Amino acid sequence: MQTIDLGTTALRELNASLHAQAADTNQTAWEIVNPRGSHAVAVGLDAPIEVYVKGSTGYYTAGMNKQATVHVHGSAGPGVAENMISGTVIVDGDASQYAGATGHGGTLVIKGNASSRCGISMKGIDIVVHGNVGHMSAFMAQSGNLVVCGDAGEALGDSIYEARLFVRGSVKSLGADCIEKEMRPEHLEILRDLLERGGCDARPEEFRRYGSARQLYNFNIDNAY
Amino acid sequence: MCGIVGLFLKDSALEPQLGAMLTDMLVTMTDRGPDSAGIAIYGDDDGANTKLTVQSDQPDAAFADLDKTLSQALGAPVTLERRDTHAVLRLPRDKEMDAVRILRDAGEVRLMSAGSTLEIYKEVGLPKDVAARFDIASMAGTHGIGHTRMATESAVTTLGAHPFNTGADQCLVHNGSLSNHNSLRRKLQRMGVHIETQNDTEVGAAYLTWRMQNGASLGEALESALDDLDGFFTFVVGTKDGFGVVRDPIACKPAVMAETDQYVAFGSEYRALVNLPGIDEARVWEPEPATVYFWKHSDPQVPTGKAA
Repeated sequence: MQTIDLGTTALRELNASLHAQAADTNQTAWEIVNPRGSHAVAVGLDAPIEVYVKGSTGYYTAGMNKQATVHVHGSAGPGVAENMISGTVIVDGDASQYAGATGHGGTLVIKGNASSRCGISMKGIDIVVHGNVGHMSAFMAQSGNLVVCGDAGEALGDSIYEARLFVRGSVKSLGADCIEKEMRPEHLEILRDLLERGGCDARPEEFRRYGSARQLYNFNIDNAY
Repeated sequence: MCGIVGLFLKDSALEPQLGAMLTDMLVTMTDRGPDSAGIAIYGDDDGANTKLTVQSDQPDAAFADLDKTLSQALGAPVTLERRDTHAVLRLPRDKEMDAVRILRDAGEVRLMSAGSTLEIYKEVGLPKDVAARFDIASMAGTHGIGHTRMATESAVTTLGAHPFNTGADQCLVHNGSLSNHNSLRRKLQRMGVHIETQNDTEVGAAYLTWRMQNGASLGEALESALDDLDGFFTFVVGTKDGFGVVRDPIACKPAVMAETDQYVAFGSEYRALVNLPGIDEARVWEPEPATVYFWKHSDPQVPTGKAA
């Protein structure tokens, strides 16, 4: 395992070292110590490597991730795993606003709570939150799955296009065009897989499913001014 | 963007280090606001005097005989302690109203703050330079709030810098931008509220002052601010005995808090908190939107509530 100390190594040097890893690298495991809330830790990775961040981070941790597994042993600031394409990002603590925003693919697991706008404009990413999510989560979500084992804040799924939202606890309110939907056997199977990948011991049957009423994004003359 | 830091000490053993801890936190937030910086610090209370913190762009001339002339005008003892462009005047509490009127009429100095413990220091420039000019690191106190400004709504000036004084021993800092400040300024001015600049935060501060002058507690004033102020804000407020935080309902301006047995701390980012003692074991969380948080020295174990 390679260890990089952000107390003595510049952030750009760290990210350049991680970017230099090719698909067949032998250096598959990296440990980053002393992140001390730094921004943009382990962003733009594109290799099947594992990165363990020992502490809490600032903005945009593991943004634009491809292939890599980034595990934050602490909490993450705003925009963790923003625009992820593939791979896995795990946050042991809490995540701040817009976790997983615009993500196209991959899996984001947040073991604590996520704050507002979790999964905003998600485009195929799977997000599993062990705790609660804040207001406006899955705002304008287009594709993918958001699993919330705790409660969801106000305006869940506002202006949602397509994406599956699974919530175990309460939902403070649903946003425009977001409705509760029937949980069919195929959804239970999808959710079972998501919970397993997210390391949750919750049972799929405890969740409710929410999604788009499809009344807002199709052109409808009654919506025109 | 702007940066806010705040530190409310529960453990009096840390009081001599308050200025040094706040300075470190403030300098860390430089990239969030390099235009101007300021700090409000709650220091000693001698039990008899009011402290008026004043500022001048020509401090040599303005402060030369200020204590003597003010003392003669008031018929009471006045002391002056200068720190760069600022000075702290100490005078008997029953003379405060007269002193404020005399200083405003003379127009030689600007009043930064008034109160028995509060002192406010703020200037244009990088946080590290501003903190060094006033030697903030040497100051002791029970709690304090700092701000680094990236100006969006009005000019980069000393009076546009934060914190703002909202009443005796009260102050406010702001990250965000208010969108209804022009109409609210006109309303407040019609009701006789004194507002000096085109700055949005000064209007927010004047609004809280006005609400409290009309009988609201600070907690009530902050609750009504959620209804009457339009725009983005994370506010951190200080009172003689307390420290509060409130964010607008959208809550896009960042905020992180940490609490241990020794302190409650606020930072715009976690980076601002990393050098605090025991941070690895602290309870760290993001304050909820549209929720008033308040801590008081008289009851430091109640972390949130409608108090104040």
